[in-house]
Amino acid sequence: MPAILGTLYLTIGAITVALPLGVVAAIYLTEYAKQGKIVRAIRVGVNCLAGVPSVVFGLFGLGFFVVFLNFGSSILAGALTLGILILPTIIGASEEALKGVPQTFREASLALGVSKWLTIWKIVLPSALPGILTGSILGIGRAAGETAPIMFTAAAFFTAKLPGSIFDEVMALPYHVYVLATAGTHIEQTRPIQFGTVLVLVALVLGIDLIAIIIRSYMRRKKRW
Amino acid sequence: MTRHQKEIIIKNVFLIFSLISIFILGLIVVFLFREGIPLFKEVSLRDFIFGMEWYPTYSPPSYGIWPLIVGSLIVTVFSSLIAVPLGVLSAVYISEIAPPAIKEVLKAIIELLAGLPSVVLGFFGMVIVAPWLQATFDLPTGLNIVNASVILAIMAVPTISSISEDALYAVPNEFKEASYALGATKFETIARIIIPSALSGISTAVILGMARAIGETMVVLMVAGGAAALPESIFDSVRPMPASIAAEMGEAPFRSGHYHALFATAIVLFLMTLAFNLIADYISQKFKEVGSATL
Repeated sequence: MPAILGTLYLTIGAITVALPLGVVAAIYLTEYAKQGKIVRAIRVGVNCLAGVPSVVFGLFGLGFFVVFLNFGSSILAGALTLGILILPTIIGASEEALKGVPQTFREASLALGVSKWLTIWKIVLPSALPGILTGSILGIGRAAGETAPIMFTAAAFFTAKLPGSIFDEVMALPYHVYVLATAGTHIEQTRPIQFGTVLVLVALVLGIDLIAIIIRSYMRRKKRW
Repeated sequence: MTRHQKEIIIKNVFLIFSLISIFILGLIVVFLFREGIPLFKEVSLRDFIFGMEWYPTYSPPSYGIWPLIVGSLIVTVFSSLIAVPLGVLSAVYISEIAPPAIKEVLKAIIELLAGLPSVVLGFFGMVIVAPWLQATFDLPTGLNIVNASVILAIMAVPTISSISEDALYAVPNEFKEASYALGATKFETIARIIIPSALSGISTAVILGMARAIGETMVVLMVAGGAAALPESIFDSVRPMPASIAAEMGEAPFRSGHYHALFATAIVLFLMTLAFNLIADYISQKFKEVGSATL
């Protein structure tokens, strides 16, 4: 249970960091930016960020959040690291969703004399919301299942108490699985516990993903345009 | 403040937020180098990369990551050998052959496969595949190159398949229709028309899949076996770079040579995946405008 809670805290933290950043970046890329060097650079940057190995994120989290900013091994450091990790996923998904909003919606709003910003806020964003939501849920699924980034930044194998503040270490399911499977003294005897933990993790992650997929197919059918 | 000024301010605020991802990428580079560079006061770059011995805890320690690089490359190549045919063929099936109902189900399954946490796959490889390999081939250990490659391939298939599918989907319908009109069979159309037209997208998919495999940590940490030596057969254990970093970081004393060496290893890994990504980006950019109008 502490491990499940820890995973939840980390995931929620990650999404609060990544969602606003990702959506705003996606809005800029689809609505404002003209094709040019800056946009090209941002796109390449996002792609490369998406390709950075998770263990490198972990080391970066260790070097930057834990050591340089002196957060220590904590929920905060882990959540920020995971947030950066899922940022590209969310930017990509939000961009797709924003592109899916028909151009006529924008034109209609602009023709009524509405400013560009209000058009985005009142017309484009609400229409793109289901897509953005799906993307974020997939991002959450990814964050919940990642192990390597939190190994150095947040996770403790065993803490008896639940975390009291965002500067405490937490237990996290994926890391728990790893430690149980590799480092126990009675590996054979604890197999049932290991399978149980894996099952909980898989159920959690696949459940999250499944929700996203169902929302998406439902929204596709309901689309008004 | 006029409306126009306000719009400009909003636009620039958005721009700044978009630049954050580049900024983070920069930060990653800066911090990797900040923690990794001090190693080269002790070891030369050449000894580090081509050194054959990785004994970071001995005294004097030796930091040669060549066996780790080889380990990474081997499991990546083998897993691509498995994942590329699987991924590309399933993409062809999904986008060209499958009836709509099967298509939806398959796409959902592949997406779920992509969402499976790597530690779970690693666990699967350790507990199920490893004992089976050991018993079937009568090996000292089931944690070896074959096992790691198979599991990594399972991870890379969804990446390869979904990006290839996008590429196949983007092939203009006129191409297929022209081919059919000339009397070509479905198979000929797929093999001679559709796949060649989608080739740039498919190669992007393959490269990104390989980048995923080379950077994947938990799987290789749990199933590759962890022997830091050059392997002699595909049933030997290896210790790819991510595994080494993840396994040893917890034990390496803060800011010691070992700690710096692990960061330096991460730089090598980072540069390799960065290269993969830039190549993929270049290919997809260069061959982007192959629509019906340009051919």
